[in-house]
Amino acid sequence: MDLSAINPVVLTASLMVAATPILLAALGELVVEKSGVLNLGVEGMMITGAICGFATAVETGSPTLGFLAAMAGGAALSMVFGVLTQFLMSNQVATGLALTLFGLGLSALLGQGYVGVKPPATDRLDLGPLADIPVLGRILFSHDLVVYVSLALVAGIWAVLRFTRAGLILRAVGENHDAAHALGYKVVRIRLMAIAFGGAMAGLGGAYLSLVRVPQWTEGMTAGAGWIALAIVVFASWRAGRVLLGAYLFGGVVVLQLNLQAAGVAVPVELLSASPYLVTILVLVVMSADRGRAALNAPACLGRVFHASS
Amino acid sequence: MTALLKVQGLTKAYPGVVANDDVSFEIAEGEVHALLGENGAGKSTLVKMIYGLVTPDAGHMTLRGAPYAPAEPRAARAAGVAMVFQHFSLFDALSVAENIALGMENPPPLRQLAQQIRSVSETYGLPLAPDRLVGDLSAGERQRVEILRCLLQDPRLLIMDEPTSVLTPQEVQILFATLRKLAAEGTAILYISHKLEEIRTLCDRATILRRGRVVDSCNPREKTAAELAEMMVGTRLATPQRTDRPAGDVVLQVTSLDRPSPNPFGTSLRNISFSLRAGEVLGIGGVAGNGQDELLAALSGEAPARSDAVLLKGQPIGALGPSQRRRIAVLAAPEERLGHAAAPDMSLTENALLTAAIREGLAARGFLKWPAARAFAERVIETFDVRTPGPGNAARSLSGGNLQKFVIGREVLQRPEVLVVNQPTWGVDASAAAAIRQALLDLTAEGTAVIVISQDLDELMEISDRFAALNEGRLSPPRPTAGLTLEEIGLMMGGAHDMEVADVDR
Repeated sequence: MDLSAINPVVLTASLMVAATPILLAALGELVVEKSGVLNLGVEGMMITGAICGFATAVETGSPTLGFLAAMAGGAALSMVFGVLTQFLMSNQVATGLALTLFGLGLSALLGQGYVGVKPPATDRLDLGPLADIPVLGRILFSHDLVVYVSLALVAGIWAVLRFTRAGLILRAVGENHDAAHALGYKVVRIRLMAIAFGGAMAGLGGAYLSLVRVPQWTEGMTAGAGWIALAIVVFASWRAGRVLLGAYLFGGVVVLQLNLQAAGVAVPVELLSASPYLVTILVLVVMSADRGRAALNAPACLGRVFHASS
Repeated sequence: MTALLKVQGLTKAYPGVVANDDVSFEIAEGEVHALLGENGAGKSTLVKMIYGLVTPDAGHMTLRGAPYAPAEPRAARAAGVAMVFQHFSLFDALSVAENIALGMENPPPLRQLAQQIRSVSETYGLPLAPDRLVGDLSAGERQRVEILRCLLQDPRLLIMDEPTSVLTPQEVQILFATLRKLAAEGTAILYISHKLEEIRTLCDRATILRRGRVVDSCNPREKTAAELAEMMVGTRLATPQRTDRPAGDVVLQVTSLDRPSPNPFGTSLRNISFSLRAGEVLGIGGVAGNGQDELLAALSGEAPARSDAVLLKGQPIGALGPSQRRRIAVLAAPEERLGHAAAPDMSLTENALLTAAIREGLAARGFLKWPAARAFAERVIETFDVRTPGPGNAARSLSGGNLQKFVIGREVLQRPEVLVVNQPTWGVDASAAAAIRQALLDLTAEGTAVIVISQDLDELMEISDRFAALNEGRLSPPRPTAGLTLEEIGLMMGGAHDMEVADVDR
């Protein structure tokens, strides 16, 4: 066993890459849930985004177009969920599960011709001299644009939810849709927009997986990342900052356990592979143990069907 | 006085019912106008049309001479029409200022809004801290939030839907002072209420609706409450009759009942003691959230207590659960109809089975006796005039008043020795309420002891022999109802909640 082979700088840098897909998907789901909708189809939207982005990037040679196509694909799939739950009043849990199954199947179909293909490389953002700073430069300033976008989104979503009128209305719809409707807010329209945003974010996260992190296409390559994103939202008690923490924690343990496996630590591989899931959930459970406060932040109308009958 | 709002020929039909049929009336500036009618008379549909939540099928409105047809509440607010809802319109997890901002078209930044809230709330005697969470406020304070939300927009017409149902008498006085001040400044108020005495003290004019039509209008100050009730119902209302009979022996004895609340937002019961005699009605008043639900749970057995805290004819029953108490004829009907007193998606027969299986023998050796259950449900429907196509219909499909008659009737027909009801006539129209009260009084004539927990003081005064008030989980010593004044009751209920500072400058 040789632990000295693990380089903390490289580890931290790759942690950010490993966490980004989950961070993006979880941020999207955070917004969706704050509007009072529980979309369990994150996994399906992620993998659909992964193949849409992969195929587009391979065909056009442009990763940027790939990422945009992934967002469009994820959003389009989420609209299936949106129409079913918001207009046809279907059950959100069942519809979300179906969306995941549908997304996995659809992506396998779309991905038929892309197995083993190499996607165009996504360039790192050239930050000039910043990247040359020892240690910090390698950790913070040598990533591609999507990593920075995801970090900006954490701050952006926090600020929008907290300080803007749009954020207030979104929270109000999630808190009490009957009251919001009585005040004249378009509950269904606001929720559809939130669902589409969530779909686009999940799609982007999926594409980051297939275009940057892996990078290639294999069936079912999201391997539960969507579910982890969902769990992170709940345990982060619907706070953007804690979602970041949860996602990076998960990413960190993923990278660490891979390194430990490579170093040949005498712990069963299965346990190491499971460790990211265990550690993330454990830490977030401990953090959200203060039930009263966590409940206060939970959208009161989460998962409830809204019917504008009155 | 000039007409502020003219409503002409408004009609709105829903599948199967005409909610409003050719409704016309006008409201003058500075007038307090009452809208009277039973449940289902079309009052809410009418105000929803005025507030832009519902689009009328026919008819038109003019506001200050100009055509007025709001497509949505936003348009109504822009035109100067504001509405205080009975429920459903506050967000518990948001602060007072955020709640108010949501009801405004162009709210100023929160800090500035907080300033405005402070100044307006002081002008109208409705003190409120802008940064408190609405979930932590009392019912009276929540209503202030709603009213302030309207006032900050300088409304010309303020619609109030059943505003006093959750207030203590003192709080009602303060509300009325605020409304009078507003009216004096020229704001018209459209006031919906079941409480006829309130309408008589507050309103200048009343429009009476029956089955969607305007049947009459009058100056409520010139009418008695009984006359108003007759206009509403269309027939003479029988006031519940009670036969005077000496109270029997003590049936139920509650001694120092304590129960910490299971959830952080509930109320703990503290040292509750009272005794109840056969054939007596004990009325328990108090503002909502002072332990009513918890007291009902402790008496029904949902929340078992110390064994000797509750004695039935000397036998300790405090630790028994609901089914065991049903077996010995201690029955209860909780307040929340959908979800607590009845399972919304189950049929009336199934709902009848759920509480009556033991006492009516509707189950044997684990098997259900469907014919007997259906017969029992039909008997409840028949006896209590529950309007429904049949016992196979889901509880959810009944209107509130009809379902209430069913859940009360279901307990009454099980020949209870002790019956505890919480809010027996909540949201029920005048004639159905009278029927329910009469049924409770009839029970006492047969020697049943009845506890009525209610927030409707008029109801308690009408049917109870003794009155006690719940305040923060404590029960005041019961006093005979005869001769009790409203002021004394208010004091028993703990006076006005945080109302000392509320001083309207007149």
